Amino acid sequence: MGVKVGVLALQGDVAEHIAAFRDALSDRPGSSVVPLRKAADLAGLDALAIPGGESTTISRLIVKNGLYEALREFEGGVFATCAGMVLTADRVDDTRVRPLGLIPMRVERNAFGRQVDSREALLEVKGLAEPFRAVFIRAPVATEVGPGVEVLARIPEGIVAARSGRHMAFAFHPELGGDLRLHRMFLQGLEV
Amino acid sequence: MKLEELRFGTELIKRGFASMQKGGVIMDVVNAEQAHVAEDAGAVAVMALERVPADIRATGGVARMADPQKIIEIMDAVSIPVMGKVRIGHFVEAQVLEALGVDMIDESEVLTPADEQFHIDKTRFSIPFVCGARDLGEALRRINEGAAMIRTKGEAGTGNVVEAVRHMRAIMGGIRALKGMDNQELIARAREIEAPADLVIECAKLGRLPVVNFSAGGIATPADAALMMQLGADGVFVGSGIFKSSNPEATARAIVEAVNHYDDPKVIAGVSRGLGEAMKGLDVHTLREEEVLQTRGR
Repeated sequence: MGVKVGVLALQGDVAEHIAAFRDALSDRPGSSVVPLRKAADLAGLDALAIPGGESTTISRLIVKNGLYEALREFEGGVFATCAGMVLTADRVDDTRVRPLGLIPMRVERNAFGRQVDSREALLEVKGLAEPFRAVFIRAPVATEVGPGVEVLARIPEGIVAARSGRHMAFAFHPELGGDLRLHRMFLQGLEV
Repeated sequence: MKLEELRFGTELIKRGFASMQKGGVIMDVVNAEQAHVAEDAGAVAVMALERVPADIRATGGVARMADPQKIIEIMDAVSIPVMGKVRIGHFVEAQVLEALGVDMIDESEVLTPADEQFHIDKTRFSIPFVCGARDLGEALRRINEGAAMIRTKGEAGTGNVVEAVRHMRAIMGGIRALKGMDNQELIARAREIEAPADLVIECAKLGRLPVVNFSAGGIATPADAALMMQLGADGVFVGSGIFKSSNPEATARAIVEAVNHYDDPKVIAGVSRGLGEAMKGLDVHTLREEEVLQTRGR
């Protein structure tokens, strides 16, 4: 059966997320990947991607566009990267962001420092046989996770990949670079 | 994580940074207070300046990189990325901004050029650059030098969107014209527009520039910003348009929303109501030749 994925299209690398999910679903007929800007468009989706971008900007637009409650109540799986990871947390050490509380974890914004500290690294991720080339761009980290959250990858700065039920959050950008193994792991976890 | 496998400043990281700005508004600011206004309004980044372009025009003289003290003040004030401008070809100003830790450098025609022959070799830096362009050839020459982001030049500090429109139409039209050409025709076109053939071929294949393409240079109202988005911009820079308006907070918020809802005229109508005076602006046809900024660097 096909999978219906929405990509939160308020700001950030929306097109990259759409392209990556389309590639990952190319062998699943009846699937669709669409940009999402209104609460009504959440109906019928199996999964939602929350892209990278500026978490302060996306957070403000979520509230302004009346999406805050609808996103909190979304029952499908959430695939969140970078700013998306910040937004899915339940605690962020920054009042400029109003997190959605989808995954019990504490997240620190810009944990690596500025753009000069952005990096690519080969990362061991639980569940992957070979390391993943992870792209960190002004990335956050999770500093603690609540019960039921599985840590998939950790670096000295903190937790950079986590799974909670059908939700997955990454401090890096699996949608950049063409390696779709984490998308496939997420889609398997949806059990649709 | 294998430490020996760490890589900084790769093309993927530079272009990836620019991708994270898409759908956003980058605002010119001259102090910490303005930077807070921009961040609260939902800007995705700020451009730290000594003076906004309208004041650079009014002041005259040689316009240079801002005082590092000013840039640090702004970097300390906000959590969003901070960009800074350097003169065309002034790679030492760029080295200074990289050392300060700004997140992106704008090699800008708004400042007085330091080199009339060469732009900065941007591949030698680990932080990303944005450069201005007026047409497809100019955009691809900058990308070939290592720019991770392109913006239309427009005519900065005028509050007049006409030049930004001209440049965005030239870039998008230049890409549309490649459609249906075979390889030999693309190589011939590359020679005509003085751009590397591999980049022209890549554009034809993608149907767009291989990097993020913003609009800049004259955007003053929410409708201006939405116009540039409908013409194909990935986001906008607003320079003098915010802090030269009568109500900067409201104008900043309205432009962020207009970019978010650029294809919804009802929202643009709503956010445009009661904003007060936009910046006064200049008719670009009245500028003397030496006052035109867009012809600097090509």
